[in-house]
Amino acid sequence: MSRKVISYILGALLFLILFAAGPVQQDNESHTQADASGSAVHEAPHGEAEEGFSPSDFIFDHILDAYDWHILSYHDFHLSIPLPVIIYSDTKGLNVFMFNKFHHGHSDYKGFRYETHGENRGKVVEIMEDGSRIVPKLDLSFTKNVLAILISIILLLLVFLSVAKAYKRNPDKAPTGLQNLMEPIILFIRDDIARPSIGEHKYKKFMPFLLSIFFFIWFNNMLGLIPIFPGGANVTGNITVTLVLALFTFGITTINGNKNYWLHIFNMPGVPWWIKFPIPLMPVIEIIGMITKPFVLMIRLFANITAGHIIVLGFFSLIFIFGQMSPGLGYGVSILSLAFTIFMSMLELLVALIQAYVFTLLSAIYFGMATEEHH
Amino acid sequence: MGLVTPDIGTIFWMLLMFIILLVILKKFAWKPILSALENREKSIENSLRSADRARGEMEQLKADNEKIMAEARLERDNMLKETKQLSDKILSEARIKASEEARLLIEATREVIANEKSSAVDEIRKQVALLSVEIAEKILREKLKDVNQQKELVDKLMKDIKLN
Repeated sequence: MSRKVISYILGALLFLILFAAGPVQQDNESHTQADASGSAVHEAPHGEAEEGFSPSDFIFDHILDAYDWHILSYHDFHLSIPLPVIIYSDTKGLNVFMFNKFHHGHSDYKGFRYETHGENRGKVVEIMEDGSRIVPKLDLSFTKNVLAILISIILLLLVFLSVAKAYKRNPDKAPTGLQNLMEPIILFIRDDIARPSIGEHKYKKFMPFLLSIFFFIWFNNMLGLIPIFPGGANVTGNITVTLVLALFTFGITTINGNKNYWLHIFNMPGVPWWIKFPIPLMPVIEIIGMITKPFVLMIRLFANITAGHIIVLGFFSLIFIFGQMSPGLGYGVSILSLAFTIFMSMLELLVALIQAYVFTLLSAIYFGMATEEHH
Repeated sequence: MGLVTPDIGTIFWMLLMFIILLVILKKFAWKPILSALENREKSIENSLRSADRARGEMEQLKADNEKIMAEARLERDNMLKETKQLSDKILSEARIKASEEARLLIEATREVIANEKSSAVDEIRKQVALLSVEIAEKILREKLKDVNQQKELVDKLMKDIKLN
């Protein structure tokens, strides 16, 4: 009953966000025209709040990758960790410098510029001699997400190397502390994911990878829920990260595919020959299926985590949207927003675990399919 | 850095770092953890099995004890029985022996009595013979006091001899 009520309210609020986000975003994109024509949409004084509050910018600033790790802003004070920009271009070669050289897009550096508008918004572009700006050939910048991955990897190593040490120190003893916390999860992955999906004889080979992706995804999902540094980066909601993870699953599946697996792809037994021979319909479908599996893994994790972040950020946007109408309304809405954010964060905690589980389980099932023997 | 466009820089860093993570975790974390878990499972299984075995041995021992006890009891019973039999036998043998001895004693007594009796009878007979000889002597002396009578007797005896 109460759940139903909450879902109604949630739906209404989501509708509000979309409704509110649409026009404001549009307004932001065309703010130059609006300035030129002199029709101020929000009746705000010129200069200070000429851009107003744009929920879409606010949300995308939080869920997208960046060249620096923004921590807080207060009036004109901005606290952020600048990160190295590593750019290789045909004309200027390899360039490595810190992002704060751009002063948040206010100045160019070494013939590069940080775009704050336009189609390359949020990217470092190269200024050519004729004044045109192009995307450099290779951008290997050590971005916010990369730093977040590094932090999560350090955390993973700290946790699991100490757990491993505990196992070495007390073999055949009851687990304690961190070891005790991780052991049921490790056993769960072994006994309830790997063993039934891959089979008793082959599961051992895949255990290191399955454990690694499970804990990598889970730790990053959880870190993404922490609002401030060193958490808050949207690592598992970044399509590139999920792409690489899915590629690992795809690569391991393909490498370990046995005769039976490839036979099912190229010459599916038990189907009429005419859907295989003149036009190789079955092989084509099977090859598409082979690629769809990791693709779905990539999209699922990315979409779930990003959606969670967008919803939470949407609730926060509501405060500022209403706050622009009247400060009192903003304060009023903030109570509601906070309540829903807490609720969503609880849900996201669950989603963080479920998505790590689903990714691991599906990877294990794909490995199981690749190594299944003919019956 | 679009929402759904993969970024080559992130791919590079992610690949590099994730491979390093995989290698380190595999070598220094998962291998010792998984092998320790497996070893522990094995040792638990072994202990359970040995506990089972110990229980079996215990039961065996208990059964053995029971058997030994039963045997001991049986032996004791047998011993008691044997002892009883032996005592009965001894008792009955003693009785038989005693009665035999008594019989022999009685027999010997009887023999002695008989001997005594016969010797007494002999004595009596001897005495009687002596007495009868004395009496006969006395009678003869009485009868043959005079010469006539002696002659008469000699005649008579002579007559008897002639007859013969």
